[in-house]
Parts: sequence; C-alpha cells; structure tokens
Amino acid sequence: MRLTLKIWRQSDAAAAGAMHTYEVDDVSEDMSFLEMLDVLNEQLNAKGEEPIAFDSDCREGICGMCGLMINGEAHGPVTTTTCQLHMRTFSDGETITIEPWRSDAFPVLKDLVVDRGSFDRIIQQGGFISVNTGSAPEAHSVQVPKEAADRAFDVATCIGCGACVAACPNGSASLFMGAKITHLGELPQGQAERDIRVVNMVAQHDHEGFGGCTNIGECAAACPKEIPLDVISQLNRDLRTALRHGH
Amino acid sequence: MTDMPDTTLTSDPSHDASGHPATDDAAGYYTPGSPLVDTKAPAGPIDERWQTRKFEARLVNPANRRKLSIIVVGTGLAGSSAAATLGEAGYVVKSFCYQDSPRRAHSIAAQGGINAAKNYKEDGDSVHRLFYDTVKGGDYRSRESNVYRLAEVSTNIIDQCVAQGVPFAREYGGLLDNRSFGGVQVSRTFYARGQTGQQLLIGAYQALERQVAAGTVTTYTRHEMLELIVVDGKARGIIARDMVTGAIETHLADVVVLASGGYGNVFYLSTNAMGCNVTAAWRAHRKGAYMANPCYTQIHPTCIPVSGSHQSKLTLMSESLRNDGRIWVPKNKADCAKDPREIPEEDRDYYLERIYPSFGNLVPRDIASRAAKYQCDDGRGVGPEVDGVRRGVYLDFADAIARLGRDAVEEKYGNLFDMYARITGEDPYVVPMRIYPAVHYVMGGLWVDYDLQSTIPGLFVTGEANFSDHGANRLGASALMQGLADGYFVLPHTIRDYLADGPFEKVAEDHPAVVEARKAVEGRIEHFLTVNGTRSVDSYHRELGNIMWEYCGMERTEDGLKKAIDLIRTLKDDFYRNVKVLGTADSLNQSLEKAGRVADFFELGELMCIDALNRRESCGGHFRAESQTEDGEALRHDDQFAYVAAWEFAGEVPILHKEDLVYTAIEMKQRSYK
Repeated sequence: MRLTLKIWRQSDAAAAGAMHTYEVDDVSEDMSFLEMLDVLNEQLNAKGEEPIAFDSDCREGICGMCGLMINGEAHGPVTTTTCQLHMRTFSDGETITIEPWRSDAFPVLKDLVVDRGSFDRIIQQGGFISVNTGSAPEAHSVQVPKEAADRAFDVATCIGCGACVAACPNGSASLFMGAKITHLGELPQGQAERDIRVVNMVAQHDHEGFGGCTNIGECAAACPKEIPLDVISQLNRDLRTALRHGH
Repeated sequence: MTDMPDTTLTSDPSHDASGHPATDDAAGYYTPGSPLVDTKAPAGPIDERWQTRKFEARLVNPANRRKLSIIVVGTGLAGSSAAATLGEAGYVVKSFCYQDSPRRAHSIAAQGGINAAKNYKEDGDSVHRLFYDTVKGGDYRSRESNVYRLAEVSTNIIDQCVAQGVPFAREYGGLLDNRSFGGVQVSRTFYARGQTGQQLLIGAYQALERQVAAGTVTTYTRHEMLELIVVDGKARGIIARDMVTGAIETHLADVVVLASGGYGNVFYLSTNAMGCNVTAAWRAHRKGAYMANPCYTQIHPTCIPVSGSHQSKLTLMSESLRNDGRIWVPKNKADCAKDPREIPEEDRDYYLERIYPSFGNLVPRDIASRAAKYQCDDGRGVGPEVDGVRRGVYLDFADAIARLGRDAVEEKYGNLFDMYARITGEDPYVVPMRIYPAVHYVMGGLWVDYDLQSTIPGLFVTGEANFSDHGANRLGASALMQGLADGYFVLPHTIRDYLADGPFEKVAEDHPAVVEARKAVEGRIEHFLTVNGTRSVDSYHRELGNIMWEYCGMERTEDGLKKAIDLIRTLKDDFYRNVKVLGTADSLNQSLEKAGRVADFFELGELMCIDALNRRESCGGHFRAESQTEDGEALRHDDQFAYVAAWEFAGEVPILHKEDLVYTAIEMKQRSYK
C-alpha cells in the first residue's frame, strides 16, 4: 500500500519543530508500524536526507521504549504498543499523523524521541521495597494470598511507556504511579513503607510538572497493558490514609 | 521437553590416539597460544569451594568503600543487581545503559521462568541436581566450579526477589508455585505468568533506583560505552558517548564491570532487542580480554517466521506449543503455496514424527531447529517467499482442538495464539501456525575466572556477557538465574578481593591511555560520518546476518565456514569504504550508533566462524556436519574438545588459548534421542 505520513521533526530539544509530509510506497500489511518507519528511513537515507529519530528496542511489546502519537492516539488505534501495531490496521492511500508523546514532563529530544527520566525520578522517591541484598528472609516465611499476588502481578505489568501521560488531557502520570502503589501495596512486604511511599512519589510527580487527575479515563483506555483505572482510586486512598497518619 | 537418556561415549576414528585432532580445520586462521588456567576456584570438594572463596576473598573496610569507585555497564538483571548491591555496600557506583531507562534492558523480555533448587515440591531436587542438570544441559562444556556455585546461590535469589515484591505465581495456600521447565524431571522453575524477566528486572531496577536516591549510584542513561580505558594493564574506566548530545565523555574508576548482554544481533534477525550489541565486550576484547567460545549460540525452534525483507526482529513463542502442536510440511513442493487446509492428510509430511518416532515433535531444540531448516532448504518450506525461499513449517493444532476442544487449547495457549494472530494476521485456531528457528541467546562471551574477572585485571564480566555457566547449550530458565546470581551474590563478594588492594592511584584525564582511547572513539565516529558512500548501515547488517545464519548457524561445515570468513572480510572492507551515515556527531544520531555496532559485529562474526572451524565436533546446540554418527546424530569429542576456546585479539589472526575442562563431581556422557 501507499501512505502519506505527516511526521513531527525537530532537530534537538531547543529547536522549534514542525510537521513534515512524506510519501511511502510498498508498505506491506505484515509490517509493524516501526518497520514501516524503517522503510521510510532507508528511503530518506538513500536520498541524502537524515532519517527520522524514534525510540524502540525489544519490538515485542514489553520494554516500553517505543511510543508514538498516531492520528492523535497514544500507540495508535489498537490496544497495544506501537511496535506491535501492524500496518494491516491501515488502508491504502491513508494519511497518518505521527507525533511524539505530548507532555511538558516528557520534553522532546529529537523528532519523535522524548525524555521520560521523570518516571525514573518518581520511582526513586519510593517505588521500591527497602531490602538490601542478602538480608531477605526465606521466601516461604510469608504467605501471600493468591488473590493479592495476582492483583499485584496484574498492575506490575506496567511497562513505563508513558502512553497514559500522553493520552491524558491534564498530562497526569497518576495511572503509572497508581500501578506501582498498588503493586507494592497489595503485598505484605510493601506495608512498612506504604505511607511514606505514596507521599513522596506524589510530591515528585507534582514537582516534575505532571498534571492532576480529573477522572477522565483516557489513560486506562490508552494503556497497552490494560492497567485498570481503579489503581488511581487506590493511590488516592493510600494518600488520604498517609496524610491522616500525619505524613 | 522430555528428558534425554544417556548413553556411553563413543569415539571417533577421525581423531588419532594422541589426543589431537587428525585435522585442524582452522589451521592458518589462528596462532596457538599457551594454555589458560582458572586460578581462583579453591581446591577441595565442590560443595565447599564457594564458602572457601568467600572467606578467603579479602574484605574492604566500610569506611574505605566510599573511596572506591565502580563502573557498571548495562542494566539488565546482571548489571542492575550488581550496581544496586555494590551501592548498598557503600561503593561509589556509576551505572550506564544505552536505553532511556535502566528498566528497559532486554532481560525484560524473558518469558519462561527462573530455576532455583528450593525443593519446595519435595520431588528430589537439590543443589547437586540443579548443578548436574545445568552441566548436562550445556553438553559438558561449562566450568564445573562456576555451575555448582550458580546452583548453590539460586535459592538466595528467590528469597531476595520475593522480599523486593516480585509477584511470582502462587498457589491458593499463598505459597510459591513451581513448574517443570526445559526438559527436567523436577519442578523448580519459579515464574510470573509469561513475564518473569520483566518482573525480576523491575525488582532489580527498583533496588537500583533506591540507591540512586541514596546517593551511592549515579545512572547514565542514553550513554553507550565505546572504549575501555586500560592503564598499566588494569581496567580503569570507559569512554562513553552521550547519545543525546553526542558528547564523548571520559569516566574513570577503580574497577569496571561489563554486564552488557549477548551478541545474538550479529545474525541481524534474532529475538534480541534492536539495540543489543557486542561493542562494550568487543572493545574490551581488543584491549586484552579473551573472548571464549564465541560460536556457542542458542537457536530456538518456535519463533514466528520472517514475513518479508523489511523484517527487523523475530518474536519467540514458548516452546510448550510443541506439546500439542504437530509439525509438518507438504510432501510435494507444488503444494507449498497452497492453503494448508486444502492439503490432504496423505500429502503432508510430519517429518519429526517420521524421523524420530519415539520423541516426535518433542525432540530437543537443536534437532527441531535443524530439521526445519533442512525441509526449507529442500524447497518444502511454507509461508511467504523471502529472497526466493519459503522459510517456515506448519505447527498444526487441528488434532489438539479435535481431541481436547477449542476451549482447552485456548486455556493453555490463548495468550500465545493471540500474539501470533496480532503479528501475522492469521487465526491459528483455524489456519495452522507457521514457525521457524531463530537465534535467541549466546552462551559464548568474555572469558572470566571463578571471580568473574576477565584476563584484564580490574575488568569483571557478569551475565550473558560472560561465558562460564551454560556450556554449549543453555538449560531453560537458567539465564535469569545466572544474571541475578552474578549480580546479587557472586560479584559483590569476589570484587572486594580486588578492591582490597585500594585505594588506587588516581588516573589523570590527560593520561596517555585515556587520550588514546578518546582519540580512537573520535576517529571512528569521524570516519563513519565522512565516508559518504551509497549503502545504509542496516543493509550491511542484514547481509552480515545472512552470512552468519547460513554458514555459522545451526549447522556448520568446514567449507561453509571458510567461505563465510571470506565473505565477511570482503563485506567488512566494503562497509568501511561505502557506508552512508548522515547527520552529525554532536546530536542524537541513530545511524551513527548502529554503524559503530555493526563494525564490531563484523569482527566478532569472523571470530565466531574461526571458533566454529576449530571446534570440529557437534555439541550442545551446534552441529558440525563432519561430526555425526552413522544415524546422523550429533557426535561430541570429549577426547579432543573438552576445552574452553579463549581467543586473544591479535589483529586478523587471533591467538587460541585452551582451558581444559576437568570434571571431578560429574561424569561426562553422550546424549541420544533415538
């Protein structure tokens, strides 16, 4: 098939960007979206035009490195990561608009590449259980009800891609944060730091320039791992509890 | 997979009685070097060696640790766990990764599980049995002392991960669930649905970020190590490129740890991530670190086939699919393009069931992989034609659906079927799946001693980047185990013996060795940007991958390997003269990043072929056509090749040092699958 692509190009973080239009031929429906961009880049390179920078690594939907706004939707029209989106979703002759994640807390570095360091900094503020190597008790010394373990797993599947932020009209990272709060909060091992964890992570979230949550739900709709919206309720509940405890 | 019975060792008439190969296929391609010995493993009973070494390794006073600095390259399981643990101990740690966050390293993609000798099922498991299974799985080409230690610390890993909040699968009673995995008869594999690697890595990543907040670890994301700094024979730092600004940075330290993963991407198409590369390891190799058994690669039989020349990577599907799927190709070449549902039963060749009646579709990975390649080379492959060949075989669930019902099949394999449908656009409940083998893991890597120290003092290597634990083939669910064993429980003990010699003399930024390393990096970048040829980096990479796959993949021959070496040398030459890399050095430039990696893949690929040429035996996942029994079975030659091939860099003609593998706690046996 033949496609028209409108792509955001920006030479570096300080530069002003603009949309550019490209035509790409010979797109097969078996290509992944990123392979289609690989083909375009080969064409650009051959013409002496610098290829379009975009992030990707595992290309099997688990590392969270890739992420594009495709026709205004984070990761495009299917509930999956950009790397797992295939061209059979599109039709011949279509025009596709491709932009980087939209958020003040994810500054554009070049073209479609953004800086998501703010996510790491939120985790640094409490997204862990403090246990030094070698100091762990025997694994079977604590039983974890299967329901809690399964729920913890379900929300621990977050890949940190940032689609939730890109989709949110407020640019909030509440789904990302709520997933971590819920993962660790479901487990007995995570209880000791439960209050301080939520307080510090939320403070960092706000400091990074992410917006507040107003219960719109675009985040959960865009999440390739289908993290449920109720992790944000859990986040709010934990925050209220922590504040009541005097944090 | 079903366990393989052992038979006694057979000898091969092509080898003379003196213990030397009658023919040395690699003669002329290398220079023989002095034997290599691991001097760090203590003598004595195998189950006491690690305790002895931990005691004998000198301690570093806590007050001195903050005066000692450590660079860790790579943030997968082996790198994150090491950086976090060394940070907790109080050393000054710098952690580097090329991704935008440490959490994205490719360990995250591991599906299956992690072995540990907990014996929670009381089914006869023990440290000794895990040790035995791992050595046997590696076809007796790994180092006994290292593997025993791996089995020994495996239990600590599970304790540590559970305490970190890793959500392993649990039973209704709240205790941890286990399953049997990788052809063993005990249930010792811990798992988190099909995302075990992800959950373990997030645990290690969180431990790492906790140390960043504590101020002991500094992370350098989007940084790529491009050179090792060696001062007075010791590793003292790295040259790294900031991949956003293009700045070439000097990072000095007292010791360097490489946890930079495997080099499967030398094949271009593999299950590795796009960025996986050999550059950090190869740069160290060129500075004196020996590369061991580079030809040992693991090829996985159940991957989704290539759909066109645009293909950028291959996706693995769990090989549990072979428990219920039946593998076949059309008997007649004319049927290959037909809808498989229209090919009648009598025109189908269930070749694994035909050739291996007792194991059928459950033959070991390497045999299943090789057999699929034979069918496709013979012109009976299925699926789309790519470069004139159809590379795929059917994996058919029609019988299983008829026998068990669609619901039961969906219950067992639903997520895999969904993934297959998403990628191929075909419904595997209706149309048979297509599969083909793909490169998945490399057992070869930088040579290390029992302390995980390379042949360069002060350079330690952990995880997939080293060679020691998996021999010629890796047992399922043991890669995650090794990465975390090295990073959490082995390296932090062995590295202190080296650091106990500190504090070390400071290295000046203008030291000749530092200047030389920087200049080397800048010179390479300058070269790539000024060639201004006609071909893209990717096109060279793809062509190199084809050569490697064809001649240094699952079946190798003397003629093929020699041809591959010639082809690689010619292509490499052309690459340096005709590659086209646009953009600038001082900006984010993905073509430039790839050019450096592919340049190193050329040199590695050549060494892999020389290593494969030297190893005229079939062992583990490797089949040398010249070394087979009358029945076409793989034939190992313990009398000739029970050694680690450790290669020293010396330009185009490398030097081969052999480390003899001595087994005191285990008897070497030849496998048989008939």
